[in-house]
Amino acid sequence: MSDLLKRSPLEAAHVELGAKLVPFAGWNMPVQYTAILDEHSAVRTKAGVFDISHMGQFLVSGEGALEWLNKMLANNVAKLGEGEGQYTFLLNGHGGVIDDLIIYRTGESDFFLVVNASMIDEDFAWFAKHQPESIELRNESELWAGMAIQGPESAALFAAVCPGETLPPRNGISKTSTGAIVCRTGYTGEDGFEFFSPAEEGGEWLKKFVAAGAKPCGLGCRDSLRLEMCYPLNGNDLAPDRTPIEAGLGFFVDLEKGDFIGRETLAKQKAEGPAVKLVALQYTDKGAPPRAHYAVLSPEGETLGELSSGVHSPSLGTGIGLAYLPAAWTKIGTEVRIDVRGRQFPAKVVKKPFYKPAPKA
Amino acid sequence: MNVPADLRFNTSHEWVRLEGDIATVGISDHAQEELTDVVFVELPAVGRAVDAGDPTAVVESVKAASDIYAPIGGEVVEVNPEVEANPALVNTDPYGAGWIFKLRVKNAADVESLLTPEAYVAQIS
Repeated sequence: MSDLLKRSPLEAAHVELGAKLVPFAGWNMPVQYTAILDEHSAVRTKAGVFDISHMGQFLVSGEGALEWLNKMLANNVAKLGEGEGQYTFLLNGHGGVIDDLIIYRTGESDFFLVVNASMIDEDFAWFAKHQPESIELRNESELWAGMAIQGPESAALFAAVCPGETLPPRNGISKTSTGAIVCRTGYTGEDGFEFFSPAEEGGEWLKKFVAAGAKPCGLGCRDSLRLEMCYPLNGNDLAPDRTPIEAGLGFFVDLEKGDFIGRETLAKQKAEGPAVKLVALQYTDKGAPPRAHYAVLSPEGETLGELSSGVHSPSLGTGIGLAYLPAAWTKIGTEVRIDVRGRQFPAKVVKKPFYKPAPKA
Repeated sequence: MNVPADLRFNTSHEWVRLEGDIATVGISDHAQEELTDVVFVELPAVGRAVDAGDPTAVVESVKAASDIYAPIGGEVVEVNPEVEANPALVNTDPYGAGWIFKLRVKNAADVESLLTPEAYVAQIS
């Protein structure tokens, strides 16, 4: 199997920096360098750098690109000015999530899309299937190395590593004089940016960010950081049989913009209220770390659903998780139990997110 | 890597300190380093009878749950409440304050079948 694993252009640099590499979404990626709690805390208090080279990059351009993308995606692309980005969904005909992604507008009719690693081929095939002749669609995933620099000190790190360059505003995109693409977004809740360089330069950039003070971080703390913010993970919290409305992400869906794939189901769910909703659950006391697929029970022992994600929250010091539960069980404060190998730990529905980072610069 | 000379080891990384017929059990320095930050320890019930190889406690890090096996048969006579309250002791002092449970062993000679410190070092290097 290991021969089939894709290699990040940063792999040699990871090994040099002491990472533990594991298979993730078909890629050999660092799960941690030192320890998840250490790396988690570095991102919350200083800055960390993650390899995101496994994520995919698509370019879309041509006359009518905006109108076409607006039919393919749930959010309203027309709201983007040049240099701006937004979180959105690629949906199937039933409003289910194929993938969640970030789309940036880089020109009048030019767009840069960042998609999930495991979904590159499927997303591309779905776009290509609906592609009009006038639109150019390119998969540039192999060409780019990607790094996410996240944490309160990330802007200072950018200034140190890219002197004379300007960081784009929050949710913005820009290009440096060296040809790197910089997006002021992230998956941790902290200030930060994602930095895409030509693949062959990736290792050097990673080492520059580390030398400037970014702690190299693995995917392990990326998961605990994103879950504290209730950012969904596609394949866990988002799935082809779950809609963004059920996931509580209706803010990133624009039902008023005109027709798009999946709209009918979402409009109906919005009008009637979804039968199930993705809620945030937090242990009311200490307990064994909750993990995906653990059962969620009523206090009387009736099975209500299962966790789509779960982790011991390093910032809160207790178990947190997300679960799709019947609407009647989704009110803030509702008490449930989480079954861990036959032991039940009390938890309750809490407001999202679990953790509020310090205000951003 | 810290492998004290006065202990015996299980291939699944538990250590045993035998004093009379009481065996104290914990996980090795190597195991705690592999697991990284321990955030939860599930202790066995005092009085439970276990055979060698029985899953007896659970140690959980942020990333995974790992069973801790009884290296030797006996009865659980004491558990360490300190590691329940402060699971990080398993990381910071695996052979001391981070011990997990004590067994009254059925047959003290069974400890001889466990790995010597030298054999354990060979396994993990």
